[in-house]
Amino acid sequence: MNQVRVIAPGLESSIQDLGRFGWAHFGVSAAGAADALALRAGNLLVGNAENAAGLEMTLMGVELEFESAAVIALTGSDFGSGLPLWTPIEVPAGDRVRCAATRGGARCYLSVRGGIEAPKIMGSASAHLTTGVGGGRLRKGDVLAIGDAAIRRPRKAARGFPYWNPATTLRVTPGPQAEWFGEEIYRSAYTVSEESSRMGLRLRGQTLTGAGGHMISEGVSLGAVQAPPDGQPIILFVDHQTTGGYPKPANVISADFWRLGQMRPRDEIRFECVTIDQALRFLQEQEEWLYSL
Amino acid sequence: MTIRPASDRALLVEFDRAISPEANARVRSLTAALAGLRGILNLHPAFASVLVEFDPRLLGHDAVEALVRERASAALETNAEERLIEIPVRYGGDDGPDLEDVARHASLAAEAVIKLHSSALYTVYFVGFATCFPYLGGLPEALATPRLASPRKLVPAGSVAIGGSQAGIYPLASPGGWRLIGRTPLALFDVHGEPPGLLRMGDRVRFVPMEGWAR
Repeated sequence: MNQVRVIAPGLESSIQDLGRFGWAHFGVSAAGAADALALRAGNLLVGNAENAAGLEMTLMGVELEFESAAVIALTGSDFGSGLPLWTPIEVPAGDRVRCAATRGGARCYLSVRGGIEAPKIMGSASAHLTTGVGGGRLRKGDVLAIGDAAIRRPRKAARGFPYWNPATTLRVTPGPQAEWFGEEIYRSAYTVSEESSRMGLRLRGQTLTGAGGHMISEGVSLGAVQAPPDGQPIILFVDHQTTGGYPKPANVISADFWRLGQMRPRDEIRFECVTIDQALRFLQEQEEWLYSL
Repeated sequence: MTIRPASDRALLVEFDRAISPEANARVRSLTAALAGLRGILNLHPAFASVLVEFDPRLLGHDAVEALVRERASAALETNAEERLIEIPVRYGGDDGPDLEDVARHASLAAEAVIKLHSSALYTVYFVGFATCFPYLGGLPEALATPRLASPRKLVPAGSVAIGGSQAGIYPLASPGGWRLIGRTPLALFDVHGEPPGLLRMGDRVRFVPMEGWAR
């Protein structure tokens, strides 16, 4: 079997596919790639199905040694590997790929032709980092098996996602308790806190005063902007809890989920309200780009 | 029943804004009726609502809303099997460090708290939060105790707990602010189990004091 050895594990690297769906009624959230657009693109570029498992790196990348020749793609943010992004790359047997600290957003993905072979737990290879369901962080000395699940030839180099701009504006639609908050969340910028994780992005900024109302716990969705009693918003992210009792003024649109995966501590963002029809059009554009690869 | 968008890929179906067995029964039957349908990614049932998450490339809000209305009326007929699950508990001591506080708050002896807690019949309103946490209705009123002012950093797996007027069990070691009165050796979550959770919404639960519990 073709193998890859982890020489240095990076800061918070894990195996991710597109997530573990259908278990929310047991309190198990989907997990999956934080920037699913980058992972899907990487998989398509090396000739995999878009749901194949790849390697997610956060802020600081991995160093890997390939025991046999492989075809890989790096997508998402530039982690200073010296290799081109968004393009299939042939790696000779015995070669090392060294990623370093990010030069852009929070995450970089390494997809390998054939996929990373990892056991599917409840239908997915994704690691849910807080519970350990599906695995945990990559460690030094881990050996990853490369599968043989490629479904077509590698593609040509792609230009990066044309709207790539990990900064500044997150587009949202109104959340279930939007009327409690009026226009509050649109008035000022928020800063991403250091305490952010794959469970949630904690923001610091203008206190939301609509947060004081009482409600009973209800289901929460990916990208929900929730306002706990201290009025500092938390955006629920891929490892999020499945239910919660805090009101939600807004929800990040599907077409901007990838931006959440690229947000770094101290980044500053603003919210912009769009309609659901607009949100679905943005998603459509994104999917068209992806399938043009 | 009210239906409104929660996001560009989710609808929130609300039967009530308060906790009631009737609304929860409707939550349960709608969840069962929507499970496994094409394009439905996840169902998040709660006390009185279901969040329906769908793939926006396959389904639109209107189509999902129509599906919910159709299934919600048909689902009222559903009569799911009723299960009674007994949960063995070691009360007090290191297993239930807040038992004495709960007793003090209720002006009862610890033994009386254990007796009350283990004689009630509970219903699993829903399973959610993080990984198979069951939210139980049916806690005797006398045992309702406010949550800790400051949550514990680490609650051991299997801790049997009271949070306000709700009862629950921590399936995995995690942070938590509920009052811990005991602990069960049963595994509530098993990734290889089919299904992975011991408890399902609608299940009846009874706590059974284990022999030889020490305080």
